Amino acid sequence: MLFFSYFKDLVGREVTVELKNDLAIRGTLHSVDQYLNIKLENTRVVDQEKFPHMLSVRNCFIRGSVVRYVQLPPEGVDIELLHDATRREARGG
Amino acid sequence: MLGGPGLESVVDQIISVITNDGRNIVGVLKGFDQATNIILDESHERVYSTKEGVQQLVLGLYIIRGDNISVIGELDEELDAGLDLSELRAHPLKPVIH
Repeated sequence: MLFFSYFKDLVGREVTVELKNDLAIRGTLHSVDQYLNIKLENTRVVDQEKFPHMLSVRNCFIRGSVVRYVQLPPEGVDIELLHDATRREARGG
Repeated sequence: MLGGPGLESVVDQIISVITNDGRNIVGVLKGFDQATNIILDESHERVYSTKEGVQQLVLGLYIIRGDNISVIGELDEELDAGLDLSELRAHPLKPVIH
C-alpha cells in the first residue's frame, strides 16, 4: 500500500521506467494501480536507436510485474515523509 | 481503488504489445480483464532484425495471456505511417528476466 500511495502522489511528474528486458521508457506518470501497473503519457524510449520498437507509441501501460526500476526526479522525493511512512508500515505489518 | 488495468480508454484502438519473450504484436484491442489478459483483433507481429527490414506476420484474432505481457502502447497511426519499416534495423527485444 505504501508504494501505491507514494506513486499516486507522484502523478504528473516525469519518470523513467526501466523494465526487466532492459528497455527504458521516459514519460509523465499518468496513473498507477494496486499492482503498481504504470500508465505513462508522452513517452519516449531512452535509447531510440537501440529500441525503435516503440517509435509510434506516445502513451503506454506498463505491467507492474515487469518493472525493474522507476527513476524519479530528486525534487520528487521527500525523504522524511518516506521514512515516516515506512516506519508506520513496518509497525503495522 | 480500481480493480483491473485502466485499458477502457484504448478499447477498439490499435495497440502495440510487447510480450515477455520480446515479441512486438500490433492489433486492435477488443477486450481485457483483471489479469490483463487481452483480446487482439487484426493482429500482426513485427519481427525486428539487424540484417533485414521489419517483417510483418499476419496473426488474426488472438488472446494474449496477461502474465506474458510487458507493455501495452497506444499506437499513434500518424507516427506509424511516417515510419519506413523496410529500412528499420534493430536487434530483437530481449526476453524479460525476473
